[in-house]
Amino acid sequence: MNDIILQLSGITKTFPGVTALDQVSLDVRAGEVHALVGENGAGKSTLMKVLAGLYKAEQGDIIYQGRTTDVAGPLDARRKGILLIHQELSLAPELSVAENIYLGAWPTNRFGVLKKRELRSKAQAALQALGCAFGPDVRVGTLSVAMQQMVEIARAEAFSASVVIFDEPTASLTDTEKEQLFHTIRSLKARGVGIIYISHKMDEIFQITDRITVLRDGQVQGTLETAQSDVNQVTRMMIGRTLDTYFVKAKADFGAEVLRVEGLSKAGLFNDVSFSVREGEVLGLYGLVGAGRSEAVETVFGVRRADSGQLVWKGGVIAPPTPRQAIDMGMALVPESRKEQGLVLMMGGRENTSLPHLSLFSALSVMNRAKELATFEKYRSALSIKTTGPDQEVSQLSGGNQQKFVLAKWLCAGPKLIILDEPTRGIDVGSKSAIHELIAELAEQGLAVIVISSEMPEVLGVSHRVLAMSEGEIVGSFEGQEMNEENLIDAVSYHRQSAVG
Amino acid sequence: MKFDLKDALRRHGLLLAFGVFLLAVAANADAFLTLGNILDVLRQVSITGMMALGVTFVVLTGRLDLSVGSLLTLLTVIVVDQHNQSGAAAAIVMTLAAGLAVGAFNGFLVGFVGLNALIVTLAMLSFLQGLVLFYSGGSNVNIPNAQETWFAVFGRGDFMGLPVPVILFVVAGIIAGAILRFTTFGRKVYAVGGNQTASVFSGIDSRWAVFWTYVISGLTTGLAAIIMGSRVMGAQNTIGQGYELTVLAGVILGGTSLLGGRGSIFRTMIGIAMLGFIQNGLLLLSFPYYVQWIVTWAVIILAVWIDIGAKRGRIFA
Repeated sequence: MNDIILQLSGITKTFPGVTALDQVSLDVRAGEVHALVGENGAGKSTLMKVLAGLYKAEQGDIIYQGRTTDVAGPLDARRKGILLIHQELSLAPELSVAENIYLGAWPTNRFGVLKKRELRSKAQAALQALGCAFGPDVRVGTLSVAMQQMVEIARAEAFSASVVIFDEPTASLTDTEKEQLFHTIRSLKARGVGIIYISHKMDEIFQITDRITVLRDGQVQGTLETAQSDVNQVTRMMIGRTLDTYFVKAKADFGAEVLRVEGLSKAGLFNDVSFSVREGEVLGLYGLVGAGRSEAVETVFGVRRADSGQLVWKGGVIAPPTPRQAIDMGMALVPESRKEQGLVLMMGGRENTSLPHLSLFSALSVMNRAKELATFEKYRSALSIKTTGPDQEVSQLSGGNQQKFVLAKWLCAGPKLIILDEPTRGIDVGSKSAIHELIAELAEQGLAVIVISSEMPEVLGVSHRVLAMSEGEIVGSFEGQEMNEENLIDAVSYHRQSAVG
Repeated sequence: MKFDLKDALRRHGLLLAFGVFLLAVAANADAFLTLGNILDVLRQVSITGMMALGVTFVVLTGRLDLSVGSLLTLLTVIVVDQHNQSGAAAAIVMTLAAGLAVGAFNGFLVGFVGLNALIVTLAMLSFLQGLVLFYSGGSNVNIPNAQETWFAVFGRGDFMGLPVPVILFVVAGIIAGAILRFTTFGRKVYAVGGNQTASVFSGIDSRWAVFWTYVISGLTTGLAAIIMGSRVMGAQNTIGQGYELTVLAGVILGGTSLLGGRGSIFRTMIGIAMLGFIQNGLLLLSFPYYVQWIVTWAVIILAVWIDIGAKRGRIFA
């Protein structure tokens, strides 16, 4: 079977300041499992939201069953036969299986009364077709996650879907449940359903898919036949390299050790993580999303608790700190998510900057506004932040300027160690290189710096030493000549490959 | 800059409607804009206003305190009864202490245990209503010889032509406003309400910040009970019933967001005063007194609708 059932052609979608999708084209054949892979922010979910009618593309067409189609929303998509199965299931736990299968499209008579018997028998048929062990009357909340997923898949039967999109379907499944899911996917496939399979997990992709399309920075990097490619090739395409930017690396002049992490572990997140960083050193932490990088540094900073392991701060073992204690010792964390973790969006730059150090900006608990303003002005000009004034809500600023305020709020208290988690994600090129220069400058002033990034050129460009992290473990440490793309990719993909089968 | 009518209406629509209402009342009731009437209204709102000061702290963190109505009843019963038994000074101390204790308990459950604020304070509302009847045995209490006690000054006194309760309300408002605006604690309250996760990442212990807002709410309700007891010179077992909603209406009418992080004491004082003048105006226009409840409903819905609408960037879809 080679008929193209769904074709996306030249889809372009922009958000203020970012092109999320740039001329994306992709086709799905009937009876094919088509993998869509890419790093976070590559545009996978945006593309699927366009397909499900949640976003409207500025350019490009959705050609479905040979006709250019306009999708008005998820329910419309479902009626047309395009079914999106989310990472987080969209089920109502208090309703029955049958009611959930037809959620929002219940058969009713002309007075709007639910036709229970029809609903039940139709649902029963869909469940049987999938070989489900449970009946249509069970309350969904009592089912396991895997069973709930089957309820979602039963919608494919119920609406005779011809395209089914799975978004990270195995995230919370056990191995046996995964096998059952794959069995179901194969039977959908055998019936000529076109399947889009989104996943970060290479082993699954190579087990179940026929073709792989790689997305990076909103662009299609290529479509491969699964049988003729390997994990290494796909990983390379995902990571790739962006246009060479000029990176400034700080002079390698290291002082005493500032932080040493020994055997830090947290079940399910990271395992036996050990590293150390010195004054004046930029330590890179490279890994793909889900490698446990952010969780590990959040634990060091005290936002999370570890199961085991210890921290050595300036030569002395310390108890796991609270964030307050970590800050007072001289740690700073520029978190991964600027809007959720980094800033109070409805406050201005002045208030955001002083927030972690209220005691430094006050006397007897009374805020020293003049000092706040002076600090605000200092960093506004030092980091060339574009804002109309100290009290302009940071929600109104661009990503780059917001990120500069996150930096300002940590730098203003003179930290000893600064951890930057994806410091340039989603910001413009200009701010990006400004932040890279700042990293070098800080290291030369004697700060210990840890940079987490999934952008390889960035991590290689700014760091003196790079640790590779994968599946919660540190899988390699590179410096000098050894610190190059080949070795990092090998370390990360070898580890991922060894997890296959 | 272009004048945006829709935006202006959204931001100032309520104020505009209030202005129209004031004019309508003034045109129909000569008594409305007299100094005597205005002072009367202010004297009336000083009790709900005092409570609203504390509740504003709670709402700014994105939480609620619905227990203040019953707490007002309990504390008024305590202050009146203890006035007769232990004297005015002891009664005041006990009332404030009881208010602080209830606030601390709410604050512990919401801030530290992490229970839902709505449920915790709604349950406290019920519990305190029961406690009142235990305490009073079901009978009303009165202060005999109301003319002879200095306790009368809080609710009935005048100072330089201004009612003492109004002075107390304004002074407390200035203090509360200054705490929110100028202290590190105030900053934490706004930060926790604005973005709790980012606050934690900034080393702010949100549990303590939330805890203290409830303690403040208990304290201001204690102050309100002193004014109430002194003004009425007695307490019925239902004296504070429904006050929680009036107080909340005043807070959100002032424009403090139920979602947290946005608002101020000054806005609350304006909101409470507006509510007072609306109720007074309705009475002067000889609507029956229960019309004010219906109007309170309309005001709450409108104010919340506008708040949510502003968040989503539009009011009507």
